[in-house]
Amino acid sequence: MTAFRRLIGFNLLTAVVLGIGGWYLGWFIGHQITGKSLDFFGEIDQNDISIFLGYFMGVIAFLLGLGFGVYPWARMRGYPPSLREKETAGIGRYFTLCTDHKVVGIQYLWGIGLFFFVGGLNAMFIRAELLSPTNHIFPPGQYLTLVGMHGTMMMGMMTSGILGPFANYVVPLMIGARRMAFPRIEALTFWLLMAAGTILVTTILFGGFPTGWTGYEPLNDQANGGMDAYIAFFALVGISMTLLGLNLMATIITMRAPGLTWSRLPIFCWGVVSTAILMVLAAPVLVAVLSMAMLDRTGQTSFFIASAGGSPYLYENLFWIFGHPEVYILALPGFGIVLELLPVFSRKPLWGYRLAVAGLMGVTLLSWLVWQHHLFVSGINSDLRPFYMLSTELISIPTGFTFLCGLMTIWRGQLRFTVPMLFCLAWFFNFLIGGLSGVFLSDTPSDVTTHGSFFSMAHFHYTIMGGLVFTFFAAIYYWVPKMFGVELNELLGKIHFWLMFIAFNSTFGPLFAVGFLGQPRRVVSYPSHLQFLNDWVSVSAFVLGFSMLIFLANLVYCLVFARVPAPANPWASLSLEFQLPSPVPVHNFERVPVFTGDPYGYGEAAPPVGVPAPSPAGGMS
Amino acid sequence: MAKAAGVVAAIAAAGVLIGFYISGYLVGNTKVFRPTAQGRSVHLTIETVAAVGPQLAPHPDWVSYLVRDTSGHWRRTTIWTLPAHALVHVTIYNFDSASGLRNPLLGRPTGLVGSELVDGKPLTVLPPDQPSHTFAVPELGVLVPIAPVADDAKNTCGYAPCPLSNAHRTITFTFRTGKPGHYRWQCFVPCAAGFLYGFGGPMQTVGYMDGFLNVV
Amino acid sequence: MTTAPRDGVIANDGHGRRFVIAFIVLSVIATPLVAIFVGPLFPPGNGSAQAHEQVFDNTWLVAIMTPPAVFVVVFLLYALVSFRSRSAAVVDGPPIRGDARIQAVWMAATGIIVLFLAGFGSYELVQSGSGGGQGPNPAFTPAGASKAMDVQVIAQQWEFTYRYPSYGGVEVPHLVLPANTLIRLHVTSLDAIHSFWAYQLGVKADANPGVDNVAYVQTKGPMTFDIHCAELCGLWHGYMFDTGQVVDASRFASWIKQQRTYFGPVVKYLPKYSTIYLPDPQRRAG
Repeated sequence: MTAFRRLIGFNLLTAVVLGIGGWYLGWFIGHQITGKSLDFFGEIDQNDISIFLGYFMGVIAFLLGLGFGVYPWARMRGYPPSLREKETAGIGRYFTLCTDHKVVGIQYLWGIGLFFFVGGLNAMFIRAELLSPTNHIFPPGQYLTLVGMHGTMMMGMMTSGILGPFANYVVPLMIGARRMAFPRIEALTFWLLMAAGTILVTTILFGGFPTGWTGYEPLNDQANGGMDAYIAFFALVGISMTLLGLNLMATIITMRAPGLTWSRLPIFCWGVVSTAILMVLAAPVLVAVLSMAMLDRTGQTSFFIASAGGSPYLYENLFWIFGHPEVYILALPGFGIVLELLPVFSRKPLWGYRLAVAGLMGVTLLSWLVWQHHLFVSGINSDLRPFYMLSTELISIPTGFTFLCGLMTIWRGQLRFTVPMLFCLAWFFNFLIGGLSGVFLSDTPSDVTTHGSFFSMAHFHYTIMGGLVFTFFAAIYYWVPKMFGVELNELLGKIHFWLMFIAFNSTFGPLFAVGFLGQPRRVVSYPSHLQFLNDWVSVSAFVLGFSMLIFLANLVYCLVFARVPAPANPWASLSLEFQLPSPVPVHNFERVPVFTGDPYGYGEAAPPVGVPAPSPAGGMS
Repeated sequence: MAKAAGVVAAIAAAGVLIGFYISGYLVGNTKVFRPTAQGRSVHLTIETVAAVGPQLAPHPDWVSYLVRDTSGHWRRTTIWTLPAHALVHVTIYNFDSASGLRNPLLGRPTGLVGSELVDGKPLTVLPPDQPSHTFAVPELGVLVPIAPVADDAKNTCGYAPCPLSNAHRTITFTFRTGKPGHYRWQCFVPCAAGFLYGFGGPMQTVGYMDGFLNVV
Repeated sequence: MTTAPRDGVIANDGHGRRFVIAFIVLSVIATPLVAIFVGPLFPPGNGSAQAHEQVFDNTWLVAIMTPPAVFVVVFLLYALVSFRSRSAAVVDGPPIRGDARIQAVWMAATGIIVLFLAGFGSYELVQSGSGGGQGPNPAFTPAGASKAMDVQVIAQQWEFTYRYPSYGGVEVPHLVLPANTLIRLHVTSLDAIHSFWAYQLGVKADANPGVDNVAYVQTKGPMTFDIHCAELCGLWHGYMFDTGQVVDASRFASWIKQQRTYFGPVVKYLPKYSTIYLPDPQRRAG
């Protein structure tokens, strides 16, 4: 009786059932609105209004099924504001609206992990297709959908890739708080992201979309119904990102424990703050531009259609005003993770704390001033290009601060090459190559050849995958023992790392050459003299994909079969979250700690600072 | 450790199987048609229709190309295998009315052996408001504008396949294939109703207004 | 320990000194090697004056990038080998939290490199626009631009066609350019956003509907060049390629005459030559 009874109520199953019902309701309403009387919308498979209404009503029904309507409804009826009781036990709470930030962090880890693998599978298909310029596996329309889905899924999901799982889990623990500022909104950001990911996958059912992740108009307007999935996905992701950033900023600003001044804040939290600022300011621009695109597709407006008075430049500029801060949203958490983990594994304080913070904030500020470097050859006012060249080159200065602080932290340390450390060290190598290749792209004369080619693709894979994804894995290996209380196998972790690092460089290194030799992006047919390079890259990509399977095997084996209990502080870290037992108790701290320093006191004669000294009566003071 | 290796192997196998399954679904249906060759020449008979109909396609209102196979049936296949260094004699029966070109240059046939014949008469240029479709193989330089059925014609075809008793125009031409390769062909007339610039939907889907020539 | 070594460029036990020497020596060796041997290999080759400018620019860029790359790689190798923890137990390192001098040197060095790169790139750009699309009012025009030959590139889904306004506005499906001529390319689109990329000429200009995107190219000797579309424009984007030619003046004259004869019958149907065309977006069948 009890198991069955638990299935009824606000949970994922109810949400999915209601979501599908909501989809059909929206679909039906859309057809009633347009009907057969409007000739232009007569055909069922072009009925974008139905598709959009279906998606949005489906998402609303999905959220209601999870129970997100309960609190607003109660407040509307006059109940006072209240915190929801945290669910404390059982695996079922991972499939519901749970306000425990630790549960949300783990939900994020699995959810983003799932969609990361979906995106990765698309990448494997893409590289399989590019094995030959003449023999094709997929029809060209499907190939474009694969390319678009890979990029869109990765960009949408990995923007929350570190903030979702790790900031949600760890930030309250690092700042001595028992919860996030807005626990229900935190859960909302997760479930919105899951709904969005599901919507993107349904694009296949409507014919896919041909625009790639940038969704440029007017091709966007011309596309089949599958384009609506892209627009709905990114709009929902934008909303999720905005709320995630707001929540994290509010938590860090207002809920720091006594004694935790800004100059003692762990550098990871600074990374989170800088990312959150960008999220809150940039994601709404995305939602706005996609709303305009949706109107162009459904309401017959012409924001972006030149022949009817609009301009494709409007889309390009609005998209990249979001798009450039977006890539720093991807990169900055990586900086934060690297600078946070290096002191632990070098057993030295973070070198140049203030410079590191200046670097993070400098990147945050400058990222707003560079977006037209994506548009150097598109016919923008040519006088602007030296300015954007300068601003883009300038952004390498604060990025360089991160390098300096990280490198000097390692210098003279007592380095321990654990798996998280290996991933952080690989970050230096990868981001170096990514950053230096960015110089070629930011230099306008050089950009004339490299724009829109595989060189640009190799550059952003080195910075995003080599930067963010490597630190994503560093964070996983570092914090999983705390989150799950179980150790990950070190040998499998090292095999994963080495295979991934070598295969990654073997995949994306030659792509610089491929781009320089004239292959444009997103093409399925290329000059035959480039086949050898493309085949080398494809085989390396398959090995890279295989390394991910090894990681997955490690995770499954250790969490399900081996279950070796992890010590509370496996890395001998001075950071506050590792002073708590594993897994962390529901309310985090019995008593709110008082800070007397930062968590980087390695090698200092005084007892570790930043960790509250035990009070004479035991427990934490 | 053996257990770990077992888990690795199981997950790898699962990953590969999922990949193949999804890949199979995505590859979908790409039927190929190979007309029979007589030595160094081959005949291809094609019809272009205004609405392909529910029997032949999931999108019944889309325009489409159809090819006639050896038993006389019309098939909705736009991937054709042709011999290399051969003469391809093409007959197109057009059952669709005019849509018009966006770029009038494409009303001038190019890349043919001899002239394009419309209902038996050679064509120099088709005025831009007239073409229903074009058959173009840009890599071979072939471009053939297809003359329309008059707007006020009687006995027009509804859904495909269209019999020759319906109003139609007959276009014949010959082109030469060169080296073996994989050449795409497309229609250049904005004939996709309801899509921006008339170039969405059937104009961007292989199997309707786009296809491949496998020259072997 | 009583006093932590104030580590920086000069240190007590030689680590810093060894690293700096290694860095300087390797940079001094590597940078000229890169500039001399790697530089000329850079795309897009020597097919036009703009392409040559890009190769020159790229050579300087890669030469300037070599010392920072050497710095980070040598630093990592040195540090990972020298400072690996030799004890099984977890031992702390020295509590060094920063050094104002090193920070200042770093900020100055990176700042100088960055500003130099921006200045150098701008200098190269203003020479002639480096083959990039500059929009309808190009700010960086090469000398003799007023006598440039206009050629329009019309991008459509999924083919490029070309118009020669000074030859009766004839439109042709393949691009042929005269050698040793300054050419002003007007790139525009009839539908979606495309991008005209003539690789060996070092030209790339986006084709935006309703926009006249101007790029300059100074051709040199006769050659063949590849044209690809460099902006995703729909189903056949990957097949939107062509081969163009640069031929000497007499061959060009005879070619254009032959094209005007062949495409003569269609000229009367072409719209009057204009830098932009705005076709009706509602093209539908029937």
